[in-house]
Amino acid sequence: MKKKRIGIHELYAKDPIEADRLLWGRESDPASRRGFLKQAGLAAMSLALGSKIVHANEMPAGLIPTLLDQPQSDFELPGKHPDLVVLNDKPWNVETPAHLLDDVITPADKFFVRNNGLVPENIDVDTWELTIDGESIPEPITFSIAQLKELFKAYTYQLTIECGGNGRAEFNPPAKGNQWSTGAVACASWTGVRLKDVLEYCKVKSDAVYIGYYGKDLHLSRNPQKVTISRGVPIKKALEDETLIAWAMNGEDIPVLNGHPLRLVIGGWPASVSGKWLTRISVRNIIHDGSKMEAPSYRVPKYPVAPGETVKDEDMKIIESMPVKSLITYPKTGATVKKGQTIKLRGHAWAGDLAVKEMHISVDFGATWQKANLKPAPNRLAWQSWDASISLKEEGYYEVWAKATDEKGISQPMVVPGWNPKGYLNNATHRIALKVI
Amino acid sequence: MSKEEKELRKDELDLVQRIVKRMNVLVYASLFIVLVAMFNIMAPDTAERWFGETEKEALPEEVVAAISDDLIENGIHVKTGLIVDDGFNQVKATCLACHSAKLVTQNRADREGWKKMIRWMQETQNLWDLGQNEDIILDYLAKNYAPEDKGRRAPLKNIEWYTLED
Repeated sequence: MKKKRIGIHELYAKDPIEADRLLWGRESDPASRRGFLKQAGLAAMSLALGSKIVHANEMPAGLIPTLLDQPQSDFELPGKHPDLVVLNDKPWNVETPAHLLDDVITPADKFFVRNNGLVPENIDVDTWELTIDGESIPEPITFSIAQLKELFKAYTYQLTIECGGNGRAEFNPPAKGNQWSTGAVACASWTGVRLKDVLEYCKVKSDAVYIGYYGKDLHLSRNPQKVTISRGVPIKKALEDETLIAWAMNGEDIPVLNGHPLRLVIGGWPASVSGKWLTRISVRNIIHDGSKMEAPSYRVPKYPVAPGETVKDEDMKIIESMPVKSLITYPKTGATVKKGQTIKLRGHAWAGDLAVKEMHISVDFGATWQKANLKPAPNRLAWQSWDASISLKEEGYYEVWAKATDEKGISQPMVVPGWNPKGYLNNATHRIALKVI
Repeated sequence: MSKEEKELRKDELDLVQRIVKRMNVLVYASLFIVLVAMFNIMAPDTAERWFGETEKEALPEEVVAAISDDLIENGIHVKTGLIVDDGFNQVKATCLACHSAKLVTQNRADREGWKKMIRWMQETQNLWDLGQNEDIILDYLAKNYAPEDKGRRAPLKNIEWYTLED
C-alpha cells in the first residue's frame, strides 16, 4: 500500500524539473530554465535551507541545493578505503595517505578520486558506446565495449597517473582548488585496447594534431548542455603503445568513481588527460579546445614568476609530462623507534614520460644523502619501487626526506618549487617524521 | 507507625498511583493502534486516502534532516563545517547551491582572491550575478578564510606518534 520512498538523487536523476515540482512545488521560467515562477516553491526551498535564497530568480532549474545533497558521513564512499581523506564531496575528491600507497600495484580501494563533475548514474555496460570523430577522422565510427574487445588486441600495463594539482596544499600564497597534499597519485594495472589501434582502424588522417575526450559525467550545475571536462593530448602522445582505452583496473571492472565502464589511461601526464566515463574521442586538426583546456586550467607560466604574481592567459602553457617525484610509503609518518634500531624504508618514484635513474634519502634535512635501491619499472610509465634501511644513533626528532632523480639528471627540489597561479606540479621531496627514544 | 514509616508509605502510594496513570496512557495508546490497524485492514483504500503519504508529504530523508539540522558547535555549523559569522546565511544559500562546503573551507584567499574565484565561477560555471550580496559574501570569506603565511616549506604537522617495532 505504502508508496516507495525514493531518495532526492533518484528524483533529480529521473527528471530534474519534475523533481523541483514534486519536492518544492517549484516552476521555473521555461525559456531560461531559471528562477521561480510566481515564487512557487521558493518558500519551501528556503525553509529547507534555513535561509533566503539570494538571487533566486537566477537559480537554475533542476538543481539540488548542495546543503541537501551532503552525504551522511565521510565514509559512505562505496569501494574506497575508510582512511582515504575526503577533500570534497561534491564533486568527489579523495586522496590517499602515503602509507596506504605501499602496494606496488595500487588496489582499487586505495586509488584516489579526482572528479570534476557528478558521477554518471545508471551505467549500462552493454549499451555503452564510444564514438571516434573529429576533423581528422574521415567518417565517425561508434563501437560498443564488446566490439572494442573483439576488434582489437588487449594490453595490460602498470601506469602511474597523478593529478596535476597534487601537492597544491603547500603553495604560498595558496592556490584555489582542492588542497591535495601528496595523495593524488596511484599506479594500477590497466587493461584495454591501444588508442593507436583504434585510431588506425578509423583511418586517422595525417593532419591530426590533438585528441580530445568527452565523458558522461554531469556538470555540477546539472545542465546537460555543459561539458564538465574535455581534455586530451597531442597526437604523438596519443599514439604511444601505453595509451589505453581501458575497461579494467587490476583485472576487475574499474570502480565507478574512477570511470567505469570505460576510460582513457595516459600515464605520466596530468591525470586530467585520462578521461573517465569515456563516450567520445575527437581527433582534432587543432590543439583541442574542450572544457578545461583553456588557461588557466592545467597550465603553468611559460617563465618563472614571483609568488602571487598575476600571469596573463597568453603567458600560460599546457602541462605535459609530470615532473620527477617520489613517496615514502613505509613506515607511516610518526614512527617512534629505539636507538640503533634498523628501520626499513620503502616507497615509489616516477618521472612523467621519463624513467627514474636514482633514489636518495636523507635523515639530516638534506645535508647528506644516502643512495636507496631502485628497481626498474615493469613497463614504461609505471612507478619504480625503492627501498633503503637506516639506523639512528642519537635520540631526538628526525625527518626522512626522499629525493628521486630522473634519467636527465633532474631531481626533486627540497622546498616547494616555482609558484604558479593554480598550484600545479609541486614535486618537493616527501617528508616523514621519526622520533628516536 | 513512626513518622518516617508513614512518609515512606506515602511515597510508595504516590509511586503506585503514578504507574497506574502511565498504564492508562499505555492502554489508550494500544487501543488506538489496534483500531488504526483494523481500519487499515478492513478499509485499506480509505486508510490510504486518509493517512497515506501523498507525494508532496513524502519528503526524502535528506530534506527532513536539512530542515532540522542547524546545530552549531564552537562557532562552526556542524552540517557544513562553515564558520558562523555575518554573511554565513548568504554563503550557505549561494555557494552551496552548486558545490560542497568543503570547497570553501579547504581554501584560503584574500578578498581579491575570493573575488577572482567568484568571477571564474560566473564566467565558466553558470554562477549568477550576486548583486549586493557579493560584498557580504566577500567580507565573510576574506575574514574567515584568509591565507596564512606558510613560508617556503611549513613544518610537518598533525603527526600521530606510534611505536614502530623491529
